[in-house]
Amino acid sequence: MNRPSLLWKAYIAAFYIFLFAPLVVVAVFAFNASPFPSPPWRGFTLEWFTGTGAVFPKPGVLRDPIWLTSIGNSLKVAVPVALLAVIIGTINAWVLERAQFPGKTLLAMMMLWPLVIPGVVLGISILAFFSRLANGLEDWLQMDLDLMRPGLGLVVLGQLSFILTISTLIIAARLRKFDRSLEEAAFDLGASRGRVLRTITLPFLRPALVGAGLVALLMSFENFNTTLMLVGSDAPLPITMYGQMREGATPAINAVSLLVMLAVGAIASLFALTSKSQA
Amino acid sequence: MTSARRLTLFLMMAPAILWLGLLIVLPHVEILILSFSERVAPRVYQFGFGNYLEFFTEPLYWRTFARTAIMSILVTAITLLLAFPIALYIARVARGRVKAMLLLLCLLPFWVSELVRTLGWMMLLRETGLISYLLRATGLATQPVELLYNDGAVILGLVYGGLLFMIVPLANALESLDPSVVEAGYDLGGSRATVLRRIVIPHAMPGIVAGSIIVFMLTVGNFATPVLLGGKNGLWFTEQIYAQFITRFNWPQGAAFGMLLLLLSSAIVWAGLRLTGQGLGTTLRQA
Amino acid sequence: MASSNDLDIVNVTKRFGSHAAVEDVSFSVAPGEFFSILGPSGCGKTTLMRMIAGFEHPTSGDIRIRDRSMIGVPANRRPVNMVFQSLALFPMMSVGENVAYGMTCRGVGRAEADERAARMLERVGLNGFGHRQVTALSGGQRQRVAIARCLVLEPTLVLLDEPLGALDLKLREHMKIELKQLQGTFNTTFAYITHDQSEALVMSDRIAVMNGGRFEQIGSPRDLYHNPGTPFVASFVGETNRWRGAVSGAADRGLSVRLSSGVLAQGRGDAKTGDALCFVRPEAIALAAEAGALQILPNRFEGRVSAVLFDGANSSLLINAAGFDEPIRAVLPQAGPLAGITVGAPIHVGWTADAMKVFAA
Repeated sequence: MNRPSLLWKAYIAAFYIFLFAPLVVVAVFAFNASPFPSPPWRGFTLEWFTGTGAVFPKPGVLRDPIWLTSIGNSLKVAVPVALLAVIIGTINAWVLERAQFPGKTLLAMMMLWPLVIPGVVLGISILAFFSRLANGLEDWLQMDLDLMRPGLGLVVLGQLSFILTISTLIIAARLRKFDRSLEEAAFDLGASRGRVLRTITLPFLRPALVGAGLVALLMSFENFNTTLMLVGSDAPLPITMYGQMREGATPAINAVSLLVMLAVGAIASLFALTSKSQA
Repeated sequence: MTSARRLTLFLMMAPAILWLGLLIVLPHVEILILSFSERVAPRVYQFGFGNYLEFFTEPLYWRTFARTAIMSILVTAITLLLAFPIALYIARVARGRVKAMLLLLCLLPFWVSELVRTLGWMMLLRETGLISYLLRATGLATQPVELLYNDGAVILGLVYGGLLFMIVPLANALESLDPSVVEAGYDLGGSRATVLRRIVIPHAMPGIVAGSIIVFMLTVGNFATPVLLGGKNGLWFTEQIYAQFITRFNWPQGAAFGMLLLLLSSAIVWAGLRLTGQGLGTTLRQA
Repeated sequence: MASSNDLDIVNVTKRFGSHAAVEDVSFSVAPGEFFSILGPSGCGKTTLMRMIAGFEHPTSGDIRIRDRSMIGVPANRRPVNMVFQSLALFPMMSVGENVAYGMTCRGVGRAEADERAARMLERVGLNGFGHRQVTALSGGQRQRVAIARCLVLEPTLVLLDEPLGALDLKLREHMKIELKQLQGTFNTTFAYITHDQSEALVMSDRIAVMNGGRFEQIGSPRDLYHNPGTPFVASFVGETNRWRGAVSGAADRGLSVRLSSGVLAQGRGDAKTGDALCFVRPEAIALAAEAGALQILPNRFEGRVSAVLFDGANSSLLINAAGFDEPIRAVLPQAGPLAGITVGAPIHVGWTADAMKVFAA
């Protein structure tokens, strides 16, 4: 088995071509000087990134308010999701790894649960529950509770419902490797509880905190299924892309995809770097 | 001392309890209740099994459900077959930098949004797409060829989306196989096929189960790929849920469909774990 | 009741549920003393040490440092610092930052803390190591950083929890001497716990032998070795022969013991009647080729060599003799006439009555 056959090697090569073909096609046609995202090749252009709409009927991504607001909406969701995922994930990790209480195994199982629920079901259940909650509260308080209606706030909650599981697992795995005697040593040398946390525990957890934050950022930015059910009038990027893909789009969608790929590549390499320093 | 400690514990557990309670447990209780309520008059609902009866009596609904389940199993099987040689190569043949590169290259496309990947397949497969264009350019076809909007395209897109989640747990499981065990298998007279069947595959079983379960769950719950690559012929069950909730605003019916999808996904996960004697926790950790 | 001791442990008991990890232990450590607690793993010594450091709280009893009760004082307020078994050097900090950590916790300014840390590192022979990463140090250097980190705070008492456990044999031998010297130079009180009797014997001024949550005996290393107070101390501290027997009566200057198969032997001890355990150190056993050479000894036996255990200066013989349930182990001097003895050779052994300790079984 140490000397792979030619057939096997050919299969590996074909596999990687298969893997990258769609991405390469998307990237290349972002530069095609054609009003349609399809062959034939009509020459190189940057119009679909920076065009004003003078050459082609539609402007490039960086000048089109539809794309720019979508990206903005995605960030409005992804940044709070990532921050909350790290903060709550750290607290959850402490509960899982450090606290002792009856029913802990049950809680640990419950925390894994969101991973086996289809995203669409998560979306509709949160939508239905918060609508009922909002109806009840609005009748009682006699005021509008827009935060509980479909919109970016609800999208944040919907994405958190399963991203929290991921961030908790990442941070708990790191906390499990922590040598408790480091904390005791710091305490023994005269540090207060707060100082121990600040100077010993959090610096140790930092790679996992950064990693969990980046993963949460990516998962939030790309989530489609749950977001689709909870979105209101402000569409994040995947929702806008979905709409354009159904209606038939200009190569601007290729351009925005390429930008997404570059951003994701940058975040993924950051993540790879932090997990390398973790080892 | 103890009461202060208890207060700390309570405060630390509060986020987890709020999260699981408000975002997971209560919402599921809500759709469970919703799925059993029937509309008897505008804005008047009462308890009943009508939504579930509707599912069984309307052929479109249960056929879509069955189709989703069967195609998801098929997609999982194809993904496993395609991924196994790759995982075996990464885990047991490739060394050092090549190994790291191969794994990284596998990971890369999957960090990119599902929609971008689907866009790529649409640009390749559609009538005005690259493959159709190349076929005409080389003279293999005289007419534009539509490769999109059929079951093949849907399966292709779903398999593509599932590959990574199969390769990583498989490679992890194969990685832990001691090379001397494989050598002992050959030494004792085993052929390539026997060693693969009797030693390598049984060892990789936890990875196979983990990968299959994850791929199945992702496939059953997928929305964008079947809708965009299958078009009108996509007929995926998640689409029915979306239609009931968002288009028709018939939430009780949509909730019943949601419960059925959850049931299907949980049943297959449970059966997979049961058949192979694996635990959910260890399986999820594999991935 | 004023005390001039650095540490007084008064009737301390620690229970975990119904299990008593430490039971009614009392002892005192004088200023400048190197005090060891020696015992097998699970004897409660780590629990005792963690109570002194402040990580565990005694169920009953008092812990006093310089005559001030430590009950209710958290670990970060005690004038006690600990060298951990794992050393617990902070991997996210440099060597200098590790040593300065305790001072910055006390509010000492950054510059002064750094300077004092540098001076301390110099004193433990790590001059100029301040900017190194702790992961880049050797085992012995890490050890010294861990001790320097405590000593720089000038604690009343330094606790050491088996800090040599992770080192290899050669380095451990070396560090024993170095630790003893460090303690002498700084004249700080050390409380050291270990399961390794050699570490305790070499370094300590006094040793407490602990077993099953209780103290068996406290004394100087010499005292414990030559006058063990209990069968446990006799067998745990140093190499020894151990035979079963029964006290048969008083002999002219001690006890007469009948060993399991009928042989009579003379020994010393406070057992009056009944089953007894007899202990004789291997180096207290005289060897001779001729019976006549051992005439003056009250205990004389004849046997055959069953094994030669060559180990340089620590070489010994195992001798089978009629009437003994275990072979007799005796030190074989490599300079003597018997140095070349082989298995199967007949040999005479003997020892004084003083050399044989007899305890009630």
